Amino acid sequence: MMPRAKLKAQKVEAAETLLAERALPGGGAWLRRAREAARARLVEMGLPSKRDEYWRYTDPRRLTALEAEAGKLHDTQGEAPVFDGFDRLKIVFVDGVFDADASDALAMEGVEICPLADAAGMDLHWARDLYGALEARGQAPVERPLASLNTAYATEGLLIRITGKPAKPISLIYQRSDQQADAILHHVIRVEDGAEATVLENGPMASRFNQVMEVDIAEGAVLHHIRAQGRDHERAGAAHLFVRLGAEAQLKSFTLTANGALIRNEAVIWLDGADGSAHIAGATVGDGAFHHDDTVFVNHAAPRCESRQVFKKVLRHGAVGVFQGKILVDQVAQLTDGYQISQSLLLDEDAQFLAKPELEIYADDVKCSHGSTSGEIDPSQLFYLRARGLPEDQAKMLLVLAFLAEALEEIADPAYADDLRDRLEAWLKRRG
Amino acid sequence: MLEIKNLHCDLEEDSEVKILKGLSLTVNPGEVHAIMGPNGSGKSTLSYVLSGRDGYEVTEGSAMLDGADLLEMEPEERAAAGLFLAFQYPVEIPGVGNMTFLRTAVNAQRKARGEEELSAGEFLKLLRAKAKELQIDADMLKRPVNVGFSGGEKKRNEILQMAMLEPRMCILDETDSGLDVDAMKLVSDGVNALRAKDRAFLVITHYQRLLNHIKPDFVHIMHDGRIIKSGGPELALEVEENGYGDLLAEAGV
Ligand SMILES: Nc1ncnc2c1ncn2[C@@H]1O[C@H](COP(=O)(O)OP(=O)(O)O)[C@@H](O)[C@H]1O
Ligand SMILES: [Mg+2]
Repeated sequence: MMPRAKLKAQKVEAAETLLAERALPGGGAWLRRAREAARARLVEMGLPSKRDEYWRYTDPRRLTALEAEAGKLHDTQGEAPVFDGFDRLKIVFVDGVFDADASDALAMEGVEICPLADAAGMDLHWARDLYGALEARGQAPVERPLASLNTAYATEGLLIRITGKPAKPISLIYQRSDQQADAILHHVIRVEDGAEATVLENGPMASRFNQVMEVDIAEGAVLHHIRAQGRDHERAGAAHLFVRLGAEAQLKSFTLTANGALIRNEAVIWLDGADGSAHIAGATVGDGAFHHDDTVFVNHAAPRCESRQVFKKVLRHGAVGVFQGKILVDQVAQLTDGYQISQSLLLDEDAQFLAKPELEIYADDVKCSHGSTSGEIDPSQLFYLRARGLPEDQAKMLLVLAFLAEALEEIADPAYADDLRDRLEAWLKRRG
Repeated sequence: MLEIKNLHCDLEEDSEVKILKGLSLTVNPGEVHAIMGPNGSGKSTLSYVLSGRDGYEVTEGSAMLDGADLLEMEPEERAAAGLFLAFQYPVEIPGVGNMTFLRTAVNAQRKARGEEELSAGEFLKLLRAKAKELQIDADMLKRPVNVGFSGGEKKRNEILQMAMLEPRMCILDETDSGLDVDAMKLVSDGVNALRAKDRAFLVITHYQRLLNHIKPDFVHIMHDGRIIKSGGPELALEVEENGYGDLLAEAGV
């Protein structure tokens, strides 16, 4: 093994090389300060390396390379994008750049939305207490250098302040036009006391993307977050979700991932106030050259909070799925209820699932459980369905969807769950 | 309707384990046959081999349904041809709603037979009527297939599937096990309601009591992979009174 000091020196050098050519984008003082601090964090940490314990199962090189690899644009063959049938406030990004003409007016009762590019010019903005702040906090207990890179260099993204209960979901749509686009997007969402909203995200975003979403959910507020990372195959990307919850606040976040050469989704969640609730779930389908990594950290930092992690992956033809999930319960967090399950369904012998579930508990009166399984389609279930007349393909598909159902059930509104389920079914049918 | 001749099978993973050792049986339309026999005689294996479960290797003999070679067909083709097995141990399928499952199964069979699929409305109407007879409530229909069902609920659910699928050749494997008196009555009423001139039943049971409710035309005693004695309903009573010992001794095994 390489000595620690040497590895560190290499990582720092890699960061310096990456940053040497890139000047920090300008902006108001609040943003400049956040960028400079993030840049300093990055230089201090260095870029992630395959040798890091935290990147043991996923090779970050495509994410840290100086240039993004080109990725073919996907032919959707006329299939409508996900969420298409829903009435929503549409906000479009093309190759990671806000497209005002393609978007609805950024106005709706109960919410203020401002593109990061516009806010950058302002001397003061409400987001200054959050932009880069949650990301900085998320650098412990493990370093997440890609997120600091994002804070330092993002010029695109949205600052969303939810003050009431907007009538429609806020829908972020990520389209592609350039095969080579390398997107950095940084969103900040603040849900004020007692407010409630749904944020949708869908689309392939870019050939390479680095996304950060910092979310602050105030007392008694609720955020529903539903994300569909589709569909282009040759993409690589990392997404970080940092969420801080106040007392009695609730988060429900769900991610569907299909296709993509390398996708790392990190989620860092702090339950800072008593009686909060955070549910995070994911359904993944991978076929062929596909590497998908869910890395989740949930910190119970206050009493009587509840957290759930439900991750399901269906893999075949060499697809690789990774789950790293940790629940950390602080000493003050008595009566914590923490749950974590990660499961994979391997449709053939070439597919691989790597899981690292962890619990770290410092309070004595808590209920925490975690489990991880990896298996194939149950032959007795398959036979039962076939004995009732279902052809083998149809029976298998039903069982695959049944396996994913537990993750989809984490979405509060069944209309979205049904839409995503239909997508999954179509995906499975296309691939036979 | 069902014609089994000199059927031999062993375990696929270990051909040394021979289970069926020359079983012959003919079932005609309208008849009810009972197969009784001690545990381990191969009754469930027979039902699996007929319905097409993996894991068994047929080494000799044949099994025909209406003149078609069952052993050449996929399980779903056998189902579409009218064969139904009520499982001794119905399988739990989390994530698949019971109603969705039933509707998918009914329509898959109709499609395979070139018939039109049932509309949602037609299906529901039919399902409600049949479920009511078996005292299966809406909750059981909404729950995932067999998940959290009691032993009796699982068996009633099997009979509901049979009633919905209207198979011609019904095999019931220990449908009485785990049933209390009331459930036994419900299940047998469900079966009796399906008795018809062009439909036949093969009722596998360990005990005679089910046969008080579902009256068989023929009773076969099975032991060590073959039928060692056949007769009328009186054979079941003999088992009830004396156990299998005398019958086995008489057959020289
Ligand atoms: N899949 C299997 N693996 C190993 N042994 C089996 C298997 N299936 C059946 N057998 C054996 O075959 C014999 C008959 O079993 P079974 O058909 O279940 O009998 P019955 O239903 O009459 O009780 C038993 O000795 C049983 O252990
Ligand atoms: Mg048996």
